[in-house]
Amino acid sequence: MIRMSIQARQALARLSLPVLIVASFGLMLLGKADTLLAERARTALADGLAPIYAALATPLGQIRAAISETAVLWDMRTENDRLRAENAQLRRWQAIALALDAENQRLKASLSWIPEPDASFVTARVVAGAGGVYAKAVLLSVGPNHGIRKGEIAVDERGLVGRVTEVGVRTARVLLITDLNSRIPVILESSRAHAILIGTNGMWPRLQYWPEGVVPQEGERVVTSAEANAFPANLPIGTVHYTGSGVPDVEPAAMLQQLEVVRIFDYGLTGVAGMTAPERPTPGRH
Amino acid sequence: MAHVDQRPGIRPRVSLSRRLDVFARFSFPASVTIVLMLLTQAPLDIVEQAALLPAVALCCVWFWSLFRPDALPPPLVFLIGVLLDLWGYLPLGVGVFTLLMVHGAALMLRGPLSRRGFGWIWIVFGGVATAAALLIWILVMLLTFRLLSPNPAIFIAMLTISIYPVLAIPFAGADRSIGNPERA
Repeated sequence: MIRMSIQARQALARLSLPVLIVASFGLMLLGKADTLLAERARTALADGLAPIYAALATPLGQIRAAISETAVLWDMRTENDRLRAENAQLRRWQAIALALDAENQRLKASLSWIPEPDASFVTARVVAGAGGVYAKAVLLSVGPNHGIRKGEIAVDERGLVGRVTEVGVRTARVLLITDLNSRIPVILESSRAHAILIGTNGMWPRLQYWPEGVVPQEGERVVTSAEANAFPANLPIGTVHYTGSGVPDVEPAAMLQQLEVVRIFDYGLTGVAGMTAPERPTPGRH
Repeated sequence: MAHVDQRPGIRPRVSLSRRLDVFARFSFPASVTIVLMLLTQAPLDIVEQAALLPAVALCCVWFWSLFRPDALPPPLVFLIGVLLDLWGYLPLGVGVFTLLMVHGAALMLRGPLSRRGFGWIWIVFGGVATAAALLIWILVMLLTFRLLSPNPAIFIAMLTISIYPVLAIPFAGADRSIGNPERA
């Protein structure tokens, strides 16, 4: 420690709070001037902490599993009845889907349709929520040499989750479709009208900018649009649901509140500026 | 070592282990704050878990600034604020500024509150926490240049006020025992 007179030390102690308050304003300016700075610091911090989160995930998962187990045992009987009914209904749907798929293949064959390339994907575990109060995102734990790039698309088993916005050495951050900054070109499935899906930080994102003469129907399915070359066409997003105030929100098909595992698809799309070109071949893809 | 003992009397020799002990006790407030903030980031799967981080940070900074300001000097508050900004995905500087303001308020109110009981401190903290949550909300709106719903700010304020006793009561116990450098 540097030796100082008591007066000097007291003066320094009294000055440090105002000086640091001024420094916090400087930090705000710095954060505005160099947005990448905060992003890089966050990614580095998340990379360092990812092993801790991953280690915590196992015991926490066991506790959660024990809690949900008791709840499941409690109403297993009614759940079984419900599942039988749903299974019967799904079998009918499966028959319809298979027939339609066969018909689709025949029609495509007669049209000399150019098939779209299969997208490669990697599967990653969600280790933590990476959003704050004013942001909705999740953190994925990915191994080194994962090959995930910014702008790739995250999907769970039911529908679109979001897009990769930051990539670290061991982690990737996915901005959810509910985030305030999320804007997704979509198509309303029955009317084929284009619209934009806008995140509000709430549970459900909101539909906007649909063409005149079209009204989004309650319960209508919403899928991604290939417009702007940022998403592949026809990924399921959710269904239209009108809120009390008459605004069409979209209830996401993906279980955004309890994400555990997501698939990250590389469709090779380059529609969004700022995406980096691949620097190396991507190992570990299926 | 910042803690210079100038009281008269006979004390044990200043050995390495004793220095470490004093240092551990001295750094207890800042370390416990950072560890608790880290725990709020664990995958607990609680609804609205994101609001826990600012709530815990506000409670800790208020408590330790009030009872042990020597162990939580402004530079450490600044560091905790940077962690709040990074973990909480706030624009840089928002958490720093807010926590420094809470620290300053605690230092100012230290005199009058030292004669009051827990209830009074909690009531005053209610006002400080509400002001801090609103300050975060306003700063985020200014820095992202966008109107935001005030509901998260109200929720943070309510959560902060309601978890304060849960944190403050163990802290008060720790302050008298393991966090006290004079007992090293």
